[in-house]
Amino acid sequence: MTVLGTLALVLVGLAVFVCGAALGHGAARRQREHAADGDEVRALARALHSAGLAAAPLRGGLGPDTARRAARRLRPLLAVPALAVTDTTSVLAWDGAAEHHRNQLEARLTGPPRSHTFPLTCDAGGCPVRWGALAPLTAGGRPVGALVVCAATETSAHARAAEAAAARLSLDLDLAGLDRARADAYEAEMRALRAQISPHFIYNSLASIASFVRTDPERARELLQEFADFTRYSFRRDGDFTTLAEELRSIEQYLELARARFGRRLEVTLRIAPEVLPVTLPFLCLQPLVENALKHGLEESVERSVITITAEDEGTEARVAIEDNGVGMDPERLRAILRGTAGAATGIGLSNVDRRLRQVYGDDHGLVIETGVGAGTKITLRLPKFRPGVQAPPPV
Amino acid sequence: MNRTYGIAGVTAVVLATVLVGALGLRVSRTTSDFYVASRTVAPRLNAFAVSGEYLSAASFLGVAGLVLAQGVDMLWFPIGYTAGFLVLLVFVAAPLRRSGAYTLPDFAEARLESRAVRRVAGVLVVGIGWLYLLPQLRGAGLTLRLLTGAPGWLGALVVAAVVTAAVAAGGMRSITFVQAFQYWLKLTALLVPVLFLLLAWRADRAPAPVWDQRPVFHRSAEVRVDRPVTVTVREPVGVTVSGTVDGRTVHGVSLLLGEGPHRFGADTTVRFPAGAVVPLPDRTADRALAGWAEPLSSSREQHGLYATYGLILATFLGTMGLPHVVVRFYTNPDGRAARRTTVSVLGLLGAFYLLMPLYGMLGRLYAPDLLLTGDTDAVVLVLPQRLIGGAAGNLLGALVAGGACAAFLSTASGLTMSVAGVLAQDVLPTLGVRHFRLATLPAIAVPTAASALVGDLPVADAVGLAFAVSASSFCPLLVLGIWWRGLTPPGAIAGLLLGGGSALTAVTATIAGGADPGWPHTLLAWPAVWSVPVGFAAMILISLATRDRVPPGTATTMARLHLPEPPPPGPPPA
Repeated sequence: MTVLGTLALVLVGLAVFVCGAALGHGAARRQREHAADGDEVRALARALHSAGLAAAPLRGGLGPDTARRAARRLRPLLAVPALAVTDTTSVLAWDGAAEHHRNQLEARLTGPPRSHTFPLTCDAGGCPVRWGALAPLTAGGRPVGALVVCAATETSAHARAAEAAAARLSLDLDLAGLDRARADAYEAEMRALRAQISPHFIYNSLASIASFVRTDPERARELLQEFADFTRYSFRRDGDFTTLAEELRSIEQYLELARARFGRRLEVTLRIAPEVLPVTLPFLCLQPLVENALKHGLEESVERSVITITAEDEGTEARVAIEDNGVGMDPERLRAILRGTAGAATGIGLSNVDRRLRQVYGDDHGLVIETGVGAGTKITLRLPKFRPGVQAPPPV
Repeated sequence: MNRTYGIAGVTAVVLATVLVGALGLRVSRTTSDFYVASRTVAPRLNAFAVSGEYLSAASFLGVAGLVLAQGVDMLWFPIGYTAGFLVLLVFVAAPLRRSGAYTLPDFAEARLESRAVRRVAGVLVVGIGWLYLLPQLRGAGLTLRLLTGAPGWLGALVVAAVVTAAVAAGGMRSITFVQAFQYWLKLTALLVPVLFLLLAWRADRAPAPVWDQRPVFHRSAEVRVDRPVTVTVREPVGVTVSGTVDGRTVHGVSLLLGEGPHRFGADTTVRFPAGAVVPLPDRTADRALAGWAEPLSSSREQHGLYATYGLILATFLGTMGLPHVVVRFYTNPDGRAARRTTVSVLGLLGAFYLLMPLYGMLGRLYAPDLLLTGDTDAVVLVLPQRLIGGAAGNLLGALVAGGACAAFLSTASGLTMSVAGVLAQDVLPTLGVRHFRLATLPAIAVPTAASALVGDLPVADAVGLAFAVSASSFCPLLVLGIWWRGLTPPGAIAGLLLGGGSALTAVTATIAGGADPGWPHTLLAWPAVWSVPVGFAAMILISLATRDRVPPGTATTMARLHLPEPPPPGPPPA
């Protein structure tokens, strides 16, 4: 007991000593740093930080909720008794005292807001608000609202602070507009992709179906059915996601139509692990890749084309690969396509799929493309079996 | 058992598994005669796969062993293992599939929109997976010891190495064909021998087991004692001993064992005459005694009724939280198929478990010496040799050994896959373990080490403990998550931690052997009776207390979980 006990005591003592030393060292260093930088620098850092915090909610656009949060964070920074954020017609948020001036302020919001100061009157004794300074909030150069700073006396400092704060908030409103524009562009691109089934494809499909009408009416009927199913899937409007089974079915229809045209020149092998068929993935994610493989394999060469599509189970992910033996591509050019700097003629298929995969699953789930001039192309993508928010609509 | 035959049987199973895997996966055709839609895994095929993955070493070896040792009370094990799927069918199967979740942490995140719940669920899944792997590895060690004479820990190590290599190489993925094949293999490996065993039993003039007395040697029997054991002889018996008895080393000497305790040393062979009463180790004495055939009459752990309820609760409610079972439901295309799969699984498991009591009863007649050595889990493996003998017995023995091998390989690889997936995704991503193949190593190394450290835990008992943890953590999460709008993330975390955590603590204490005999031990060894209500109560009460934290998307999620899919389309127009 004595030896063990002594040993334990020594160990505990050592541990306490180490902890104490570490704590003391840290505190001393903090104090030194504290003394070193001046009060002004720290005040500036704090101000910049609060300004950023206050503006951040407006990144989501100007609304009652975002305005309220911005006002709450901005008022301590400007050190005024009351502060309001408005849109062009009404007060969205009032932070601080003397909210009975709200209607009075709302009455002034006629016409586009412009910078000015104005008195605020009321009967309440000891009301901390006697006048206000209004500074317009702009987005994309157009006024969309105003920031109103209320104080007891009229000072130019307050008016200038309101101007500066409004300018800072306007910056984030601009960014919100950009976000929306980007989402719109994405939506438009998506719509373009859905409508991208090229006129050539439709023309060629119908022509090859027509060639079967006399010789093999049954085949022609089947092909027409495939064509109808394929276009119905591609023009579908509901939902951003689909299942691998549905996507592969559409690819089959596509390839069936292509085979009607190319006959024996096109050989397709599908090697699909049935376990991964229920995996959810962004809508029209594989079809552009197959179209790409077909274009490289057949339309740019006269050889027999072999396209292999594999889907394997990889535990928590599914791995899908699309391989062709076509003309391949220069890696530099491929890089330019993925960056979107290769010009308009390249189509938007590859880069769009890549971008959507990254957006949904994160940057480590983009397309992996192995290619070289004359060496064929292999495109691999990894699809997580589950990701919150990624849900396919029920099959129709 | 004849080693050559046994090893041949195991090798054949491994080869067949690889072959089926290779053939099943590489189905590749050209487009003309190929439709993806028709290739989604049919509910019945998936049911075979679920059953194949679910029937573990505990089912294949452990249940018969427990029936042999402790009597009909233990029939609750096969009933519970099967009925768990009934609960799964009624409350969970279809909504779980509709949630789109692949693993249990996925479900937690989909339903509660919280990363924190996901992480807690991940840790619990890993804990349950490890607890469940423990008996698989023990069963593996036992089988290989009987086949080759290697020590038990080596067998566990070998199987761990095989599973790691297979999973890491991508060979034993959740391949539906392989697991479906394993089900039929296991069923065949039990069904064919049992037919021959019953014929041999009839040829032996169908002796009825002496239900209410101590087990006797039906025939003259040679018992090999590997580990030192102290037994109590009730009536003097003349035996022939080679080895150590009561401290004396003898070689082929006939001696009379008088009434009272006797100690056999390691590597001792004792030949008992026909009709002799089997001397039992003190530990098992009172359990294997009278009342073998009468439920609740034996004073199992002194609190038979409580223990039975503990077992029923754990197995009925625990199945839905087994990680390797849940991931298989993802393979179904929709909730409807998930339900169909579960119904089929009920039938398949029922057929399988019908055979287990037969093995237990025949073992009571023909292999009572296992009670002496304590290797009751081996009863399924040794019976063909005992009853039939010769080449036929050897062949049947090889078949059973192959089936046992399939049992622990399929379950162990399925579990390792699931645990590795959760480890890589939810528990260890900070360590840079992004890929689940890297996580395979910790997934199986921990239970292997534990199985080497933990000595003597009956295989089926250890599985019962895994079920208890699962029943007290994931059963509340799934049932409340699917059927109650009010569940909040803090409530779920509290329920998982209190229910699952308390069960896990109790289980760990039991495995470590820390509790006093009597009530403390009973409470810890069968925790489900109190830990399941603790889990439910914690989840409900904390959720009610944090009503403002109900996830915003609850209504949408609930609609998705419960709205049935549109009916399947009719046959395409001809």
